Amino acid sequence: MVRVASDTLNSRVPDGPLQQKWDKHRFDLKLVNPANKRKFTVIVVGTGLAGGSAAASMAELGYNVKAFCFQDSPRRAHSIAAQGGINAAKNYQNDGDSVWRLFYDTLKGGDYRAREANVHRLAQVSTSIIDQCVSQGVPFAREYGGTLANRSFGGAQVSRTFYCRGQTGQQLLLGAYQAMMRQVGTGKVKLFARREMLELIVVDGVARGIVVRNLTTGQLETHTADAVVLCTGGYGNVYYLSTMAKGCNVTAAWRCARKGALFANPCYTQIHPTCIPVSGDYQSKLTLMSESLRNDGRVWVPMAKGDKRSPDQIPDAERDYYLERRYPSFGNLAPRDISSRAAKERCDAGNGVGDSGLAVFLDFRDAIKRDGEDVIRKKYGNLFHMYNKITAEDPYKQPMRIFPAVHYTMGGLWVDYNLMSNVPGLYVLGEANFSDHGANRLGASALMQGLSDGYFVLPYTIGDHLATTKLDKIRDDHPACMQAMQEAQNRINKLIAVQGKRSVDSFHRELGLLMWDQCGMARNRKGLTEAIDRIRGLRDEYWRDVRVLGSGTTLNQSLEKAGRVADFMEFAELLATDALHREESCGGHFREEYQTEEGEAARNDADFSYVGAWEYRGTEQEPILHKEPLVFENVKPSTRSYK
Amino acid sequence: MSNHLLNLNLRVWRQSGPNDEGSFKTYRLSGVSTHMSFLEMLDVLNEQLIVQGEEPVAFDHDCREGICGMCSLMINGQAHGPDNATTTCQLHMRRFSDGDTVTIEPWRASAFPVLRDLVVDRSAFDRIIAAGGFVSVNTGNAPDGNAILVPGVRQEVAMDGAACIGCGACVAACKNASAMLFVSAKVSQLAVLPQGHPERNARVLNMVAQMDKEGFGSCTNTSECEAACPAEVSVSHIARLNREYLRASILAEN
Repeated sequence: MVRVASDTLNSRVPDGPLQQKWDKHRFDLKLVNPANKRKFTVIVVGTGLAGGSAAASMAELGYNVKAFCFQDSPRRAHSIAAQGGINAAKNYQNDGDSVWRLFYDTLKGGDYRAREANVHRLAQVSTSIIDQCVSQGVPFAREYGGTLANRSFGGAQVSRTFYCRGQTGQQLLLGAYQAMMRQVGTGKVKLFARREMLELIVVDGVARGIVVRNLTTGQLETHTADAVVLCTGGYGNVYYLSTMAKGCNVTAAWRCARKGALFANPCYTQIHPTCIPVSGDYQSKLTLMSESLRNDGRVWVPMAKGDKRSPDQIPDAERDYYLERRYPSFGNLAPRDISSRAAKERCDAGNGVGDSGLAVFLDFRDAIKRDGEDVIRKKYGNLFHMYNKITAEDPYKQPMRIFPAVHYTMGGLWVDYNLMSNVPGLYVLGEANFSDHGANRLGASALMQGLSDGYFVLPYTIGDHLATTKLDKIRDDHPACMQAMQEAQNRINKLIAVQGKRSVDSFHRELGLLMWDQCGMARNRKGLTEAIDRIRGLRDEYWRDVRVLGSGTTLNQSLEKAGRVADFMEFAELLATDALHREESCGGHFREEYQTEEGEAARNDADFSYVGAWEYRGTEQEPILHKEPLVFENVKPSTRSYK
Repeated sequence: MSNHLLNLNLRVWRQSGPNDEGSFKTYRLSGVSTHMSFLEMLDVLNEQLIVQGEEPVAFDHDCREGICGMCSLMINGQAHGPDNATTTCQLHMRRFSDGDTVTIEPWRASAFPVLRDLVVDRSAFDRIIAAGGFVSVNTGNAPDGNAILVPGVRQEVAMDGAACIGCGACVAACKNASAMLFVSAKVSQLAVLPQGHPERNARVLNMVAQMDKEGFGSCTNTSECEAACPAEVSVSHIARLNREYLRASILAEN
């Protein structure tokens, strides 16, 4: 049985009509006067869209910012890999879009498991993001006359997605990165690259700094500040294979969870329907083929089980365009969770294609016939090129083979309306928090949320904390700093001291496979219960048998990975525990026991319309569940239908 | 495409720290699938080394899909290996043959000092961007996106430059270790866009000055950089940078 905390969480959503909440709240927030801003220092961990935009914006306001990233340059953050686009309710296409529609689509897309007020604010500020990025020189696609171009994207019936070829994330990130580097030039941002956060420093219950490891020299460093902003992305690499960059990890967030920050909805993981299938057991990561391809590509499998004919030999009458068949009004643009499960259903039934039978076709034959190869090349050239590089197949000539893969994590550290966690002074932005996507994220919404949080939310809300909290200067030799430093050092020593027989990667692969099998696209009670036992066993074995060579005082990539995998070993158990406790299917969380006769997700609003935020109690202790009830005052939760 | 297994001799640059002597070490690796990416092949080598009790080879990598710009290897003397428009992480072993000897080195440029094995320090690029590779617009100042019209054709030129992934292959491939392709990609993007015009002169002068300060060599127009560039950034951006530089030198108001 799950231990549940007696009091519910307070989201601090302001009163008043939904449309006026953010305006009113901005007025109610305390301000830090311009001359005083330079007296405050803020730490930003991670330099992706959320971290880069937050660091730049706060430095522009006059705060001193210290920005950290584990890569060699802040421009490498994994936001860079986002391909398809960014949503905004500009209604430039005159096709019926509005702030309200973007709000409604995002809330519904999240299967009514997100906070209304946060989602509405996101839709409101979406338009300012586009303006800001255009001003920075982000080269969004344009029409011949010079106006901004749009396309439609998974889960939406309007064209509200702005894009830069297939490299939208790259261009938005470089915009934020350049804005931040401008502040590095002025001295307002101090940049610390190749640093990995290993501990949060909490003084009298308030977040006041971090301990990082300098990945070049191995030195541990203490950094103190008046607030800590975590922008460290998602935890998809708990599955080992995912579309995330190899370095993506849960360590910074998990270290905060161990210091008291609640971890919300970890079971909400997004499996993206269009990725290149696994080719062998040496596979180190999976590559996404942007969802935008589904605008022109048609998804199908052969009607006959085990049909091994070459796709061009299979006539139309013997093809099953299963998304168009099952979801006629959305067709190939059905949301990600639904498309992924539909692919799994066809492959489980024996209709999958390719050597492994774990793939479906994404076919551009008809689009090329209709628009010509040049038009398709202009839209998707770089994606086709990428596909060809990896598979040595030509998607202009034969359909792509695709299969779902872990892509994004909706869960994250719990935050209130101000994006502050339950640890005062610790803010969490972007994918690292849980806030806006509910149980499923729609396409082109991750970039929107990262930049919304960093450019247009945090700069307002952080002032309230700084203006209203007594923040004495903290020195590096404060007992809390010394203790955090010691904890980080002990863990490094412990990892190196094991001197076992198995590599870190071999453990990570085993954990990932276990999670994918038991806690992936479909989950059930028996599998999850077993998974929890096996994770515990694997974790014990890890600490008995992992082999980390070299020392802690040099650049040591095995040691870096070892620390991250150690945290995944703890976090994986929480993910499975959350999935086990949530006895319903919603969004990316599909419990086989809870489905309709047609195989669609069966949500249970009566019992599970809440955010599940977990309090860490020790590795061998059961966590405590804190609930934040979800109240829908403006949109009545309905059964999500894309038929 | 069918799968073959390769046996390879790898000559890998090993260097324990920035101030240590480095040298090539040869490793024999068998059973390499032609479906593997180059970095997956190095993963397999590292697993083998760990079993043998030898410290694995350090190399930079992150996204493994050709966009983050973190991977950076000279493979048989070519930056990112033999394929055009390809990063090391996208290079696949089907490009190699059974029995091949493959030489793997870090980027070679004094402005990119080696930190360990195949890992180099490219922070010089960040400092060049900090010197002027931006538009000075504070958050909140922007007019409506469609208030700034950019003809589609012009925007495409900007995007061609903006596509640079900042990997440093251009520097590594250049006999002078010049950073001109990297610098010109950003100068060019912002020079063709109206948003970049107010700072057009200062930007090119400051970025080039920082480039020189970092110790990169001069450009002698041999175009090795373009041949090595995984993002297919054209040397026509260098031509534009030269025009911008000349123009700014004559017109600069400061």
